[in-house]
Amino acid sequence: MAELLRVENVSRRFGGLLAVNAASFTAEAGRITALIGPNGAGKTTLFAIITGFIAPSEGRIAYQGADITGLPPHLLARRGIARTFQIAQPFAGLTVAENIAVGSHLSRPSRAEALAAAEGVAKAVGLAPMLSLPASSLTVAGRKRLELARALAIEPKLLLLDEVLAGLNPSEVRDMVPVIHAIAARGITIVMIEHVMQAVMSLAEHVFVLAEGSIIAAGSPQQIAGDARVVEAYLGHGAAGRMLGAANG
Amino acid sequence: MKGYVGIALAVGLLALVPLLTSSNVVLNFMVVALLIALVGQGWNVLGGYGGQYSFGHAAFFGTGAYVTAILQVHYGVNAWLGLVIGIAAGALVGAVTGALSFRSGLKGSYFALVTLAFAEVLRIIASVAPITGAGVGTLVKLDLRWEAFQFQSRAPFYWIILAFVAVSLLIVKRLEASRFGAYLVAVRENEDAAKAAGIDTFRIKLAAMTLSAAITAAGGCFYAQYFLFLDAGIAYGPWISVEALLAPIIGGIGTVFGPLLGALVVRSLGELTKLATGHAPGLDLVIYGAVLVLVVAFAPRGIAGLFESLRAQFRSKPVERRNG
Repeated sequence: MAELLRVENVSRRFGGLLAVNAASFTAEAGRITALIGPNGAGKTTLFAIITGFIAPSEGRIAYQGADITGLPPHLLARRGIARTFQIAQPFAGLTVAENIAVGSHLSRPSRAEALAAAEGVAKAVGLAPMLSLPASSLTVAGRKRLELARALAIEPKLLLLDEVLAGLNPSEVRDMVPVIHAIAARGITIVMIEHVMQAVMSLAEHVFVLAEGSIIAAGSPQQIAGDARVVEAYLGHGAAGRMLGAANG
Repeated sequence: MKGYVGIALAVGLLALVPLLTSSNVVLNFMVVALLIALVGQGWNVLGGYGGQYSFGHAAFFGTGAYVTAILQVHYGVNAWLGLVIGIAAGALVGAVTGALSFRSGLKGSYFALVTLAFAEVLRIIASVAPITGAGVGTLVKLDLRWEAFQFQSRAPFYWIILAFVAVSLLIVKRLEASRFGAYLVAVRENEDAAKAAGIDTFRIKLAAMTLSAAITAAGGCFYAQYFLFLDAGIAYGPWISVEALLAPIIGGIGTVFGPLLGALVVRSLGELTKLATGHAPGLDLVIYGAVLVLVVAFAPRGIAGLFESLRAQFRSKPVERRNG
């Protein structure tokens, strides 16, 4: 399969803090790739670097074979890289339809066409009944859907999802998983940061684990779940050994 | 389409005023109110729709005024041509100051302060530069012919400033229904989200500031022709920056009719206090301040916003009944 995104030895330093330390990973076209890791591992920073919001201190990012390191966010969006924000960033004063239409405008100068396209996107993520509501009136689940809708509206090739399932209750997660599956089925490549493991297991085809700024493991969800380094990164040094001991003893 | 009918109606009704009265006091009041509405509409494009609050729209007003006046006085340029060049010059000042501020990433109060600084710098330069007449000021020669953009009576001035206001209303109405307008509002609501949607936020803000400056500069050009006198304090003074933001904030920020409504209300209040207190200096400013506090506290979307929420309440009632 063709590789759509390649992150090569990317580092980012904030003063004395090395938030991302020579991280490398790839996302293959048409697949769902997950990026997991404990809090503070640098996942969101890495997303911000890929989407041009933060410049990397070192390293290189290639998209569709071209070097995109250091390009500003709006140019990356025009090339087909969309992102959602971990903390939902709606255009609060606008309606749901107007929010989505901002994205649809990218390829549609006409207001009427953009609003019509927004309606289609809203249907795909289950926001159709809320089109005329102000974005500020949405629930957390609604806001997450709106994040997804706005990203989809620019008709991306690569979609970076930053914890779109965080803060949802189990039934809302169950509702959202098929929406993400449907997006992938349309041929959109997805890279997702996610803490909800049940979703990672059912959605992701390939998983990268980021801890303290570095990729420490990669593989299928099943391989990752059994990886001692991953268990230690989440539960602390020696945890894998203790778990093994408990299981045997 | 509905909005355009409203504009036609409002402008049509206002156009009747000189036919109903020939009182110079009334016409003078209305001309100044419409001038403030125009200047405020300029501010509204950048501040109301773009969320970039400028405290220095005097920079554009004064540039329009001085360029029109100086071209006539020193270079014998026709006043109408002076108007066009004045608007272009104001737009240029908007583009340059906008590029400098936005390239440096200035937002919120920092942007407000730097625009105030630009206007003050221009005021100080104008108060010493020989070409502006320095401390003496610039007097435009009396030449009461329409070719010279001067008129015997106030009525033609009134209709011209009304036409300017009408054009500004149409521009803003069109802006609301355009991609540029949608992008501008997106930048106001959330700049990071706007960038992620593919919006070149720098370019959008710069375009808005240029358009905003051009509209406000048109007001400056008109001022020069109407009063025929300028000095640094009039052209670049903080008074016009304050009027420019007061009218849209009180009338309804980010709405088509806000600046017009606000200008009429603010000017009426100003005149009423003057009548009631017998020209006690500064008291009108006290009243402005009190009204501003009340509006921000109780009607953050101004008079137009108040109307809209009342209308929405009125409309939602039958729906509730149907559901119940």
